[in-house]
Amino acid sequence: MNLEQQLKERLKDKEILLMTHIVLGYPSFTVNRQVIRQMIENGVDCIEMQLPFSEPMADGPVILKANQDSLAGGTRIADCLAFGAEMAAAHDIPFLFMTYYNIIFKYGEEPFFARAKEAGIKGFIVPDLPPEQGETFFRLAEEFQIAPILIFAPTSTDERMRELDRVGRGFIYCVARRGVTGKKSEFGADFSDYLRRCRAATAKPLAVGFGIQNRDDVQALIGKADMAVIGSQTIRLVDAQGPEAVGPFIAGLR
Amino acid sequence: MNKTGYFGNWGGSFIPEVLHQTFEDLKEEYQKAKADPAFWQEYLSLMSTYSCRPTPLTHAENLSRHFGGAQIYIKREDLNHTGAHKANNVIGQGLLVKRMGKKRVIAETGAGQHGMATATMAARFGFSCTIYMGEVDVQRQRPNVFWMEKMGATVVPVKDGSRTLKDAINEAFRDWVTNIDDTHYVFGTACGPAPFPEMVAWFQSIIGLEAIKQILAQHGRLPSRIYACVGGGSNAMGIFGRFFQEKGVELVGVEAAGRGISSGMHATRLSGTDASPGVAQGYKTMFLQNEDGQMKETHSVAAGLDYVGVSPILADHWENGRVRFESATDDEVMEALDLTMKMEGIIPALESSHAFVQAFKEAPQLSPSEAIIINMSGRGDKDIFTIAHAFKDPSWKEFIIKRGLEYSKETLSVVI
Ligand SMILES: Cc1ncc(COP(=O)(O)O)c(C=O)c1O
Repeated sequence: MNLEQQLKERLKDKEILLMTHIVLGYPSFTVNRQVIRQMIENGVDCIEMQLPFSEPMADGPVILKANQDSLAGGTRIADCLAFGAEMAAAHDIPFLFMTYYNIIFKYGEEPFFARAKEAGIKGFIVPDLPPEQGETFFRLAEEFQIAPILIFAPTSTDERMRELDRVGRGFIYCVARRGVTGKKSEFGADFSDYLRRCRAATAKPLAVGFGIQNRDDVQALIGKADMAVIGSQTIRLVDAQGPEAVGPFIAGLR
Repeated sequence: MNKTGYFGNWGGSFIPEVLHQTFEDLKEEYQKAKADPAFWQEYLSLMSTYSCRPTPLTHAENLSRHFGGAQIYIKREDLNHTGAHKANNVIGQGLLVKRMGKKRVIAETGAGQHGMATATMAARFGFSCTIYMGEVDVQRQRPNVFWMEKMGATVVPVKDGSRTLKDAINEAFRDWVTNIDDTHYVFGTACGPAPFPEMVAWFQSIIGLEAIKQILAQHGRLPSRIYACVGGGSNAMGIFGRFFQEKGVELVGVEAAGRGISSGMHATRLSGTDASPGVAQGYKTMFLQNEDGQMKETHSVAAGLDYVGVSPILADHWENGRVRFESATDDEVMEALDLTMKMEGIIPALESSHAFVQAFKEAPQLSPSEAIIINMSGRGDKDIFTIAHAFKDPSWKEFIIKRGLEYSKETLSVVI
C-alpha cells in the first residue's frame, strides 16, 4: 500500500488522524526512541522525522533551536538514516523524513532515495523544494515510490494548488497560516474558507499543521481536514517535562 | 512550470510555498520596471540628487608611482550616500516597493552598510523598517547600529547559529513569510532566490556603466584588469557588469582568506577548495559546508565578506572562467589599508581593502601604460573600532578607556 492508501485505510475508523514531528538527535536518539514509542502507543497515525539542518529557514524558534542543539551534539545524517530504518522496522505506522533540500542534494539524490527506500520510509517533506526546482527529485520519487508531500499555503492561488496537487503524492500538507512553525494559529472564518479551497483542489488527504497545540485545535479540524499535525508542542513538552509527558498529551488530543 | 533564474548550473529559487505568490509578483514588477525607461531615469535622477552619482574615478598617482607598474584607478563607491555601494541597490528596490504599494521593508545586514542604506531609504520613502543583524556583527559594527536606530529602524540582533550574516538572512526570511502582505525584503547582495541576484546586479550595474566612460575619458582606453572584493558579490557584479563583454579586460574577484586558507578560518568559496555545490538560503551556489551539507562557520576581519555562499552569477563566471578569483588574508588587508591611507589620503572599508591587496600584488607586473581599476566598495571610517583595534592604536585605546570610565560613573551614580 502506498502512503495515500495507508492513510485512507486509517481514516475508515477514525474521524481525524494525528501526525507528530520530532527532530532527530534532539535531545538525543535515546529520547527520540522513547518519545516515538509513546506516540505510537497512544495512537499516532504517522510520524515525520526531521533530519537537522544548519539553516532551517521555514522553522520557528523551537524547532530551530532543536536543529541547532542536535547538530551541536554531533548528529550526523548517516545516524538519522539508520535511526529511520530502525523505527520503520519496529513500528507499524508510516514514517516520513522531513528535511531541507541541501541535506538530500549533498548526500546525492539517488543514493538518498535508495537508502530511504531500503529503510522503509514512506514519504519526504522538503519545504524549500518547489516542484519547478526539483525535476530529478520528483522523477526519483516516482521511481522509488516514496511520496513527495507538497505544501499548500494560505497565499497559494487555486490554480497553484491544482498544480501542486498534480505533482504531490501521499497527502497535502496545509500550513494553517503565514509564518514559520511554532506560533499559535487562529482557526476562524478565513481559515475555514482556506480549507474549503484546499479541499476543492485535491482528492488527497488534507493534513493541517503550524500552531496546533491542544485538543480544541484538533477537534476544530474534524470534518474539515483529515489529519492534524503536532510539531513544536511536543518538543516544548519534552523540554519541560521529559519524554513521559508525551503519552498522556497525545492520548488527550482525540 | 518554468525553470528560470538560473545562471549556468547556479541560482534558482528554492523557497517555501508561502512565498511563491510574492515572488511571482516581484518578478513581474521587476520585469515591468526593467522594460520601462522612465524607471531607470527616475533611478538615475534620485541617485544624482539624494546620493552622489556619478561617483568619481580617482587616479591614485602616488600608489601607481610607488608600485611602478600599471596606473591605478579607484572607483569611489565610498562617496555614495551612507558610504558604500549598498545605496545603489537599496534605492532601486525602494522605488520598486513604492510601485508595489508595500509599506514595510526588512533587511539583513553583515557589515551594517546594507542595513544603514535600507534604514536611510525607509526614512526617505516613509516605510517602516526592521533590520536583522547577527549578534557578532552588532558587536563589530556598533556605530552602524546606532545610526540605523537613529533613523527610526528597529535593529534585531540574531542569536542563532554563527550569529553572522547567514543567520540574519534566515531570520529576515522568517519575518517575511509571516508578514508577506505588506512587507518587502530588501535583499542586500546578488544572492538569494531569483529574481534577487539578477535584480541586485542590475541596480549595481550603474557602477560599471559610469566606470567605462570615466576610464576612457581619463586613460584613453580600457583597463587591463578590474578588482573587486566579493562577499555576496554585489559590488563585484556592479563594476564587472558593463565589462563582461569587453573580452580584453580581465576581471578579478577577491575573497576573504581570513587567517589563511589552511587555517579553516576564512570565507573563500571560489578561490579556495573548501566549498562545494549546495542549496541554501533559497539558491544554489558554492557553499562552505561539511560532508553532511551543514554550513560551516566562516571568518573574516571584514563582516561584509564573512558569508558561506556567493552570487550564483559569479559562480557561473567562475565555472566558465570569465572571472578569476583570488583571496586576501586579514593581515594583508591591514597592510594595504595602511598604505592607501598614508599615500592617497583615502580610507577604504575593510571589505574593499581586499581588492586593494590583490591589485597591489599585480600592479608591478603590468606596464605604466596600462590601467587597472579597483572598486572601492565603501569607506573605512565605519570600521573605526575594528581598524583601531587591529592597529593596536594606543591613543585610541586610552580614549575608549576614559570614555568608558565616564559612562560607568554616570550609570553608577544613577544606580546609587
Ligand atoms: C563596503 C562593503 N563592501 C563589500 C561588501 C560585500 O558585499 P558584496 O560582495 O555584495 O559587494 C559589503 C557588505 O556588507 C560592504 O559593506
